[in-house]
Amino acid sequence: MPTPYGPKADAGPPGLAAKLLGFCEELRGEGVAVGTSEMLDAFAALSEVDWTRREDFREALAATIAKSQDDRRVFELLFERYFFRTAEAEAVQRGVTEHAEGAPPAGDGERFDMSELSEAIREAMQAGDEDQMRDLARLAIAAFGRGEGSGVVGVDVQRIRRTLGLTAGQQPPAEDGSERPPIDRDQLTGFERHLRRELERDLIERTETLPPSRPLAELDRALPTSPTQDLAAVHRAVSQMKRRLATLGHEQRGRKKGQMVDVRRTMRASLETGGVPLRLRYRPKRPRRPEIYVLCDVSTSVTSASVFFLSVLHALHDSFRKLRSFVFIERISEVTDVFEHERDFAAVAQKISSEGGVADVSGYTDYGRVWLEFLEEISEDLDPRSTVIVLGDARTNGREPHAEVFARIAEKAGRLFWLNPEPKLYWNYGDSVMSAYERHCDGAFECWTTKHLENFVNVVAGAKPAAE
Amino acid sequence: MPQGSVAEVKDALAGVGYLADEPAALVSFLAQKLGKPVLVEGPAGVGKTELAKALSRATGRELVRLQCYEGLDEAKAMYEWNYRKQLLRIQAGGAQGGWDHVQDDIFSSEFLLTRPLMQAISSPEPVVLLIDEIDKTDQEFEAMLLELLSDFQITIPELGRIEATTMPIVVLTSNDSRELTEALKRRCLYLWLDYPELEREMEIVRLHAPDLPETLARRLVEVIRMVRDLDLKKPPSIAESIDWARTLLLMGAEDIDRETFTQSMSIIVKHRTDIDLIAERVGVKLADPLRAEG
Repeated sequence: MPTPYGPKADAGPPGLAAKLLGFCEELRGEGVAVGTSEMLDAFAALSEVDWTRREDFREALAATIAKSQDDRRVFELLFERYFFRTAEAEAVQRGVTEHAEGAPPAGDGERFDMSELSEAIREAMQAGDEDQMRDLARLAIAAFGRGEGSGVVGVDVQRIRRTLGLTAGQQPPAEDGSERPPIDRDQLTGFERHLRRELERDLIERTETLPPSRPLAELDRALPTSPTQDLAAVHRAVSQMKRRLATLGHEQRGRKKGQMVDVRRTMRASLETGGVPLRLRYRPKRPRRPEIYVLCDVSTSVTSASVFFLSVLHALHDSFRKLRSFVFIERISEVTDVFEHERDFAAVAQKISSEGGVADVSGYTDYGRVWLEFLEEISEDLDPRSTVIVLGDARTNGREPHAEVFARIAEKAGRLFWLNPEPKLYWNYGDSVMSAYERHCDGAFECWTTKHLENFVNVVAGAKPAAE
Repeated sequence: MPQGSVAEVKDALAGVGYLADEPAALVSFLAQKLGKPVLVEGPAGVGKTELAKALSRATGRELVRLQCYEGLDEAKAMYEWNYRKQLLRIQAGGAQGGWDHVQDDIFSSEFLLTRPLMQAISSPEPVVLLIDEIDKTDQEFEAMLLELLSDFQITIPELGRIEATTMPIVVLTSNDSRELTEALKRRCLYLWLDYPELEREMEIVRLHAPDLPETLARRLVEVIRMVRDLDLKKPPSIAESIDWARTLLLMGAEDIDRETFTQSMSIIVKHRTDIDLIAERVGVKLADPLRAEG
């Protein structure tokens, strides 16, 4: 892997196979699970398509390697960077530059009319014409980029953009007075990407080295900025939880009481006894899907934890069907719909934070009031089959904890668990009233990493609790 | 039908009325060449099931369809023993033959009821197997499919292995309502079908409603795209665009102004709350007939 301070030491073994393996390595580094069988499929697929058509090449790789929308996003970004850099590295090795091949794109020396260029770029952005945008990016760099560049690609991109007067949103009217359509943020980002690529290409030509390859996480990915773990790990822990919770029902319910005879299986069994149904077979009791209610504290005192909790919620919605989720600060707000409609985590997080409706004046958590609301509005739906999970730190900012209300909720629900993002040592320090609630819970756990989550799952499933 | 390249596949699909985009054509081509199943994901109504149907028409293969739902199990999807027949056989043939004869007899293929998956495997002619909406089933069902998808064979404990003599084209569709297991995805080629671009949707609409004038078709597609951008419970699908096009033809409408829109709105949105929402947002934009659309 390249160091952050310089280009790769050597280009590696030649040939497409090696390049593809390198690409898959980079994908793995960014969290896309690419197994050997998928790489073999990729090679098989590539042997069937025409490599000179970039589109086909990319799609064939994507169909065999990127098996979900998230993976596809990472794939696209890495594909651009990897195969672009690979081509450039080859070119640098062989000493090929664009100028050697023909007329430079700067044209025949005319001064550039900035407003014309700007208009042309706007049109290209509106039309989404990638080729045109690339050519115009080169023109723009030829006009403003060379000679005055600071050498830092990011800074230069912004400088050129500003010189051309391109900003997102509403546009001032054109010189001839006509209305200009507003520029979409995404379109502008697309053009900036072209600028960046052309600048990098220029830089490579001039210096004849490759700039270091930065990890993707810094650049373009929009993932929750949780320092502790990533979404995939959370998903895995939750899918374990699902399996445990689903099978929990079996031991607790009686085997023989009140079961229906399964005619098909009885007849099948009767073959053993010459067609006489001596032994009755019963319909297996389908474990009823557990009903889960999750209440999640999203106030500022638990911000980084709430990103984690939201990702837990997100994963839970994926695994469980009958899940109702609520966020709260001072009041409760049901967010089940948000999760049902959006599967993308970033969109969900954004929606919840923007449409909150849970904070009142102060923005500080008030657990007592939350229990009152919950009891009043939602607790009729609770029954002995329900499991309630609370994600919060029990810091109620000096307000009335209403532990007795919480006790009534605990009675109504089948099981009640508390997941606290603080270490046990901090419980009951300051304004945390954890002990008041803890005694009514079937289990209270500290939880800010996926390990804790897995531990929670184990305990819930009835295994021995892990030694601390 | 030998299809030598991606372009040929695309043309063949277009010839039976399905306008595929590049990725779809490529994945269909790879599926046939490599003999791997295809997993198609995407929002509801973008033509996932249609792709399988079109492939079967284009390749001349029969379509075997398994519609998945919650609680689908092996007996309904793969095979089942015909217990009644077996019992009758035992009782009828009790006198002739010894115990061994009867035992071998009742577990023969005569007494096996084949369900869609088994039909696809044991078919003498090559088929297209469509496993529709696999995200409605559970993980156990997916685990059952694994042997089928990777080796195209089914193991029956009493009979042994049934291997496919002809390679079926397998298409799995999913509405992306849950995450499918890694093991399943690993065995398939992946294709994401999304709502099409304006030009392509126009082509699709015009293909299915040829009498619609081009300007009206363009307007229709633009309005549909506007509607899709809103936060609806159920965004309109391509099938609904086509229905709307046909409705407009029947209504004899020449343009989509507010009145036409309000009358035919319920073709494209199917929830009360959605109807209210678009009446308010899009209906207003359409009120001004002089407004030039981009």
